[in-house]
Amino acid sequence: MTDTTTETGTDTRPSPTAPKRSFMNQLEIDTRLLGMIGAFILVCLVFNVLTDGRFLTPRNIFNLTIQTVSVAIMATGMVFVIVTRHIDLSVGAMLATCSAAMAVTQTDILPQVLGLGLGHPLTPWIAIAVGLIVGTLIGAFQGWLVGFLTIPAFIVTLGGLLIWRNVAWYMTDGQTIGPLDDTFQKFGGINGTLGETWSWVIGIIAVIVALWALWSSRRNKISHEFPVKPLWAEALVAVIIAVGILGFVAILNSYEVPTARLLREFEARGEVMPDGYAAAYGIPYSVLLLIAIAIGMTVLAKRTRLGRYIFATGGNPDAAELSGINTRLLTVKIFALMGALVALSAVVASARLTNHSNDIGTLDELRVIAAAVIGGTALAGGIGTIHGAILGALIMQSLQSGMAMVGVDAPLQNIVVGAVLVLAVWIDIVYRRRTGGKS
Amino acid sequence: MTPLVELKNISLSFGGVRAVDNVSLDLHPGEVVGLLGHNGAGKSTLIKILAGAYQMDEGEIWIEGKKVNIQSPRDARRHNIETIYQTLALADNLDAPSNLFLGRELTTRFGLVDDAQMEAETRKIMARLNPNFRKISEPVSALSGGQRQSVAIARAVYFNAKILIMDEPTAALGVHESKMVADLIKELKAQGLGIFLISHDTREMLDLCDRVSVMKNGALIGTEKVGDVTEDDILSMIIMGKARDAA
Repeated sequence: MTDTTTETGTDTRPSPTAPKRSFMNQLEIDTRLLGMIGAFILVCLVFNVLTDGRFLTPRNIFNLTIQTVSVAIMATGMVFVIVTRHIDLSVGAMLATCSAAMAVTQTDILPQVLGLGLGHPLTPWIAIAVGLIVGTLIGAFQGWLVGFLTIPAFIVTLGGLLIWRNVAWYMTDGQTIGPLDDTFQKFGGINGTLGETWSWVIGIIAVIVALWALWSSRRNKISHEFPVKPLWAEALVAVIIAVGILGFVAILNSYEVPTARLLREFEARGEVMPDGYAAAYGIPYSVLLLIAIAIGMTVLAKRTRLGRYIFATGGNPDAAELSGINTRLLTVKIFALMGALVALSAVVASARLTNHSNDIGTLDELRVIAAAVIGGTALAGGIGTIHGAILGALIMQSLQSGMAMVGVDAPLQNIVVGAVLVLAVWIDIVYRRRTGGKS
Repeated sequence: MTPLVELKNISLSFGGVRAVDNVSLDLHPGEVVGLLGHNGAGKSTLIKILAGAYQMDEGEIWIEGKKVNIQSPRDARRHNIETIYQTLALADNLDAPSNLFLGRELTTRFGLVDDAQMEAETRKIMARLNPNFRKISEPVSALSGGQRQSVAIARAVYFNAKILIMDEPTAALGVHESKMVADLIKELKAQGLGIFLISHDTREMLDLCDRVSVMKNGALIGTEKVGDVTEDDILSMIIMGKARDAA
């Protein structure tokens, strides 16, 4: 798809069947995605060497994934915002407001108004619902200002950055609120994982679903008499997917819970730990949440009318409007969705800290925008992918953690991350120019 | 016979400029009416009112003998009015099927967009309109001017339009492709569609249209049957801004 000689080859042939194509073409893999995965692997390998093998341990990979989740969740929403040629600078501040609202709900409002204390089975869910409502309303309101009052998104959300950061401060008097509800904390990462067995179950189900999706898409193409890739290529893709998913599960499953922690858990239940007992963490709930959001957002982007309209509006707002798309309402929906994702991200972020702190989410807007942009979302609009944004978040987090492990000074870390952002966008521009402006 | 479309005393101002000034026009089934005039004469503005892109200040639109209210492109589509805009109005980042069905996607029984079905339909209509069209799944930014034009035309023709508005459909095309568009206009006309055609090419207009209307500075100068006028008559209407009898 990027090789110009084969491109003209397919064009001039009268029949779409079996044109000679290169190896990469037959696999139908996005070369840009491949480049990003390559860059990610390179970053990991370099840090692994620099840290004498400490970077690619199950423990560090586990930590990397749970550190990435919060920014990655918001980055998926930022893709839609940037694709429609807007920007949201307020996500970090909104995260603080959502987090504050949820913390105040569980520690203050619920115990006093409804008499539900921390640990009550309803507490975490009511708190999360409150967070989602707050986030969605703030997002929808900002979207309304952008879409209907036509105030530039940059200004609306720059104002929002100041407003929501300080609304959060005002709500909590700047105090740290904690500890949060135990069940709520399970969304933070290490405090809530699936355990070994369920991780394998989920991994195997994921492989089955992925293979079924591959197979049904191939069957669908055949039924419409579209060209399909050769069977060996299909099989190779299937194997890569299966190995990838199960490999990820295996790594998370080989990070064992420290014995001291297991002892404490058994003691808390009034039991005695059997000799030689071991347990692994497995997949954290927060990572499951991210995967669910990634799948949902990808389906939304590629397979729903809403997604189609988002990309059409980003590509040509006038054309979208002339096609009968209500681009103003669309803007409200996009920002409302961003707000809801910020709320979910706030659940993960505050649960990971086990409390709400006044500076939660500070500078997250820049991390989220950087993740989306490194992931190939074009600020000019119309182009961007969900998986790209998540990979972008992962690359950013790997750089940051890796440098911290190597012992690079904090200011230098940020200098490197900033330089990588600019470099990534430049490489992207060169890549797009070479491939003729394709996504 | 009831006209397909009647535009009655349409006016629209932008700021202090009267872009369309009290214009009345009608269009019958199986008829091609050409709109001629200088740039800025108000032709595109007038047809954008009919297409729902602009809302008129004054006037009435009647379709098949009924007064209608067209507030948006969606309303216009509901009355089977399809438009091929001068700018083509394509989302460059999307492929041909997505553009063809934009705003009217085919969906599966789960409510998801049915890309395979839309691609199949696109292949079908493209085989008829432009047999050389191959880049079905490329973003339309990768297409040539003629291919982009075919996508825009396919979008207008696919949904059983009764009233077709074509704003400079051949401006970006070569000789061969212009001929294809001309043939298509004749074919659609034979099927009983009413077509408003905007073009700067006076000779082409006299060849394709049944009647031509000339506009200048937002006002309608006159409407003539093509059999009654010469190219010179039309040109003098465009340039002098005077109806033929008065000239």
